[in-house]
Amino acid sequence: MQGNMDQIFVLLQHWLMGYLPMALQPLAGVVLGVVAIVCVFPALFALTTVFERKGLARIQNRIGPNRVGPFGLLQPIADGIKSLTKEDIVPLSADATVHFLAPVVLVVTVFMGFAVLPMGRNMVLVDLDAGLLFYFAMGASAELSVFMAGWSSRNKYSLMGAMRAVAQMISYEVVLLLSSVTVVMMTGSLSLTKIIEAQNHYTWGLPHWFIFTPWGLAGFVMYAIAATAETNRSPFDLPEGESELVAGYHTEYSGFKFALFFLGEYLAMFSISGLGTTLFLGGWSAPLAWLAWVPSWIWFFSKLMMSIFVFIWMRGTLPRLRQDQLMNFAWKLILPMCLLNLMVAALWRFLGEGWLRWVVCSAILIAAYAGMSLNELRRKQIGPRRYRYAE
Amino acid sequence: MSFVFYLLATLTVAGALAAVLLKNTVHCALALTVAFAGLALLFLDLDAQFAGFAQILVYIGAVAILVVFAILLTKGSETPKDGVFSRTWVAGLAVAAAVFAVLAWAVIQTANLLPSSAPAPTVTVQQIGQALVGRYVLPLEIVAVLLTAAMIGAVIIAMHEKDGVK
Repeated sequence: MQGNMDQIFVLLQHWLMGYLPMALQPLAGVVLGVVAIVCVFPALFALTTVFERKGLARIQNRIGPNRVGPFGLLQPIADGIKSLTKEDIVPLSADATVHFLAPVVLVVTVFMGFAVLPMGRNMVLVDLDAGLLFYFAMGASAELSVFMAGWSSRNKYSLMGAMRAVAQMISYEVVLLLSSVTVVMMTGSLSLTKIIEAQNHYTWGLPHWFIFTPWGLAGFVMYAIAATAETNRSPFDLPEGESELVAGYHTEYSGFKFALFFLGEYLAMFSISGLGTTLFLGGWSAPLAWLAWVPSWIWFFSKLMMSIFVFIWMRGTLPRLRQDQLMNFAWKLILPMCLLNLMVAALWRFLGEGWLRWVVCSAILIAAYAGMSLNELRRKQIGPRRYRYAE
Repeated sequence: MSFVFYLLATLTVAGALAAVLLKNTVHCALALTVAFAGLALLFLDLDAQFAGFAQILVYIGAVAILVVFAILLTKGSETPKDGVFSRTWVAGLAVAAAVFAVLAWAVIQTANLLPSSAPAPTVTVQQIGQALVGRYVLPLEIVAVLLTAAMIGAVIIAMHEKDGVK
């Protein structure tokens, strides 16, 4: 019974495939998986928009949408109808083809990223040997769409927003990849299913998730910061900061194209949280050994929604970072910590089992963090800011 | 030569042709991105997973963005006054045709030398990794040093020299 609940979607897929002749069955299986992803994640997106608006409202001591349906839960339907029926305004001097293609490219590449995430036991759409690399390749392609949107609008605010967004995204892409490389180093494989299998063991009932190791905790924190910056979420949302740049690179988009950008941003948030849970939080494995009777996909989606909740919490709490503060943070503080984390992970492996490696690795990471923070605080002279530009 | 290969080859060649024939430089950069994507799909068609995804990650994710930034931050985005095509295009065509002939000859020669009955080897990422840090570690380190030198050189050239204390 427990096995059946756990594999219920796989069994459903095989049962539906059974209605077709043998030759068409693999294709049907893949199509069913794709349909499932395309239905589930936009539905989660709708739920998250209400969740976010209510959550932010409560943090800011107000109520949030409460008119459409009980507790405002049908608000996304109203938003959807609004965005579908709004007039689609394209500026006269805008580059029509590129302007049209930008949201399409964003949504397509973001959906592709979902193909390698294991959402439960045996529930990956494509089990690639180089799954993690595929995910990052799709993430990198999404940045191009941001640039296309900003440039094709022929609006200096859009262009500036797009340049800032792309600069921010490529800086934090380095951090994202480096913090994931520690996980790859420790498991020896780029395949996401193998990474989860390496975390699916329990000692004294506690799981072997990578976040419970010193290098894993540091890696997870850096991954979370980079994920927030990659998806342009607060506190890194200067590219779309309403008070500074109108709406950044999606200023000139209205109606359904804007909804597609919104969808793309939230779906990117989902897929990057999904990847973070796979790499550091054990994916679909249960937190305690005796809880393994709960279906694996429930654990995956719970962890995903917990990460989304933390994103919303950060948005409501932290002020926005300025562009140069953001860049400084990435290149001067997080990147050295990432490289140090790589070396600490290697040290962890070669010191062998036992309490010594815990003490040594934790000590190195804490000392480095404290040292760098103190260093940054000490060099704060309050005076006129001096910038060096490239010519 | 399957249907998929012809489709991808058409996509790549169309992208590359568009990259040289279009008027707007940013359009050319985006068409070049399509050509890169076509190349990546060709790699994937040959079952070289790592090469295909690394092509997408590096070329589309980094090089295309770099090209676009370079176009925008310099004066390249304005269409030049005396037209985009050079006057000596015949000589250029002859040189390009000669290079293509040499490369095609070299490729076909090696294709003739390979045993046609051997199955294509499946190269896993682990084998690539072991080759990189085992047999090819010296070229890897030299490439890393070269990239670092290029980055530092670019920063030094681009930075305005400051008189006085920094």
